Amino acid sequence: MKNNEQFNNRNVSENGYYLVDIADYPTDGWGKFKRVVQRTFRGELFVGLWVVLREMIKFDIHTVSYPEEKMPIGPRYRAVHEMKRLWESDAERCIGCGLCEKICISNCIKMDTRIDENSRKEVSEYTINLGRCIFCGYCAEVCPELAITHGGEYEQASEQREHFVDYEYMLTPLDKMKAGTQVEFEGFGAITPHEDERVKKTPLAY
Amino acid sequence: MDTAYLIETIIKVVVVLLIFSALAGIGTYFERKVLAFMQRRLGPMNVGPYGLLQVAADGIKLFTKEDIIPTNVVGRIFKIAPVITAATAFMAAAAIPFLPQFELFGYTVHPIISDVNIGILYILGIMGIGLYGPLLGGMASANKFALLSAARSAAVFISYEVITGLSILAPIMMVGSLSLIDFNEYQSGGIGDWIVWSQPVAFVLFWIAAFAETGRTPFHLVANDHEIIDGFGTEYSGMRWGLFFIGEYANMFFISFVIPLLFLGGYGDGSFLGALGLLAKMSFFFFFFLWTRAAWPDVRPDQLMWLCWKVLMPIAVINVVITGFVMMF
Ligand code: SF4
Ligand code: SF4
Repeated sequence: MKNNEQFNNRNVSENGYYLVDIADYPTDGWGKFKRVVQRTFRGELFVGLWVVLREMIKFDIHTVSYPEEKMPIGPRYRAVHEMKRLWESDAERCIGCGLCEKICISNCIKMDTRIDENSRKEVSEYTINLGRCIFCGYCAEVCPELAITHGGEYEQASEQREHFVDYEYMLTPLDKMKAGTQVEFEGFGAITPHEDERVKKTPLAY
Repeated sequence: MDTAYLIETIIKVVVVLLIFSALAGIGTYFERKVLAFMQRRLGPMNVGPYGLLQVAADGIKLFTKEDIIPTNVVGRIFKIAPVITAATAFMAAAAIPFLPQFELFGYTVHPIISDVNIGILYILGIMGIGLYGPLLGGMASANKFALLSAARSAAVFISYEVITGLSILAPIMMVGSLSLIDFNEYQSGGIGDWIVWSQPVAFVLFWIAAFAETGRTPFHLVANDHEIIDGFGTEYSGMRWGLFFIGEYANMFFISFVIPLLFLGGYGDGSFLGALGLLAKMSFFFFFFLWTRAAWPDVRPDQLMWLCWKVLMPIAVINVVITGFVMMF
């Protein structure tokens, strides 16, 4: 059907659905016999043969040879987490508030903080147990600093599951920051477009 | 029996065995490729160029896998069943002339292991015995799906054997011999002499029965994956399962040789072109087995029995009677 892409409209009667014309089952012997003869000589089997042969001749292959070829994934795809840095100073965005650890519904984020030499809170330990993570995106959504986000990397292989995934692994490398190629995540927790125009002044005159 | 004859026969046996075991492997490659292309896939691609070495990889895997005999199975029968399938498939090849006779270093080679005068009867009989493989294997492996498959194989066996026998009877009456070489001689005069023109009904019936014989879609009931897992093969692993597989594919190749030999002129006058023609016809019938697998649904066991007993058998009998009358007057 042409309009089967309209997934939002669930109203069957408007979507161009139609009932398939199915004849009643024959009950008497003569009817059954007629049906057998009809089916035998209608050549439907050859239609089937032609359809598959046509596809073979057209050779319109849809296989993606995976490790060499990859399907494009959406910018909002929720794969392995990333830790972003500030554009201005290249410093880590994470302020160690612990909200992500708190909200994670599968309890897979473990973190620890300490006071650094500038008397600021700093993350000392941060791991996500990806074996338990369900990639729900809550951590990215709750993060007030847009620090933890999801990334597009979905291939992980290692001999140790402990390798996935720690702070160093997720943090945007400095050279990438220098090159200015850090990509902001567009999915959960991201700033909506044209946010600036919609920001109102905080009314101070209470 | 002189020594030269003995040596020649042994060499021929070995050659047929080797060629057709290899062909059975390559047949699985073709099947995967053809099915894949028909379903807009690529099929095996990674092992060797265009996946050609996939067969070797599968072979290594099958040979080196642990040979598991599950508890509760009837050990001896369980072990012998795959051998029955594979052995009978190759035994049937003894009476099939694969090529016309040719000269090799001044020595006339007959590419048939033994031209027994009951050729076609022998082939059908041996292929019939092949059904004991699934039957015994299914009954011996303590598994309900395997048992179901064994029951089905018995039912299918009784149904299609009747059609094969009766449909082939009319051409046999015309040729007056059971040897495939005689069949070939009868049709050697060119396309006009092919038995398919005088016996089109028998041809179609035999072809249909061949699908049941080899257990291919649409009559793939004995090991119908979506209903009864792998049927009789469910409990098998490693090379025993591989033997079932080789038997099945060798059977397909042999049937694909037998159909053109019986109905489509075989290798014709025995020239080089005729030999190529036989190979081309064989390839078409083998391809058709794969083609239908991509295109057609499977029938239910009761539908197959209904088809065989109530539709095809009467047609076959009528065909035999009419042939008889035409030959008499
Ligand atoms: S995506 Fe969900 S489950 Fe995974 S770490 Fe974030 S909050 Fe936890
Ligand atoms: S990643 Fe975000 S939510 Fe988690 S501790 Fe750092 S700043 Fe807080």
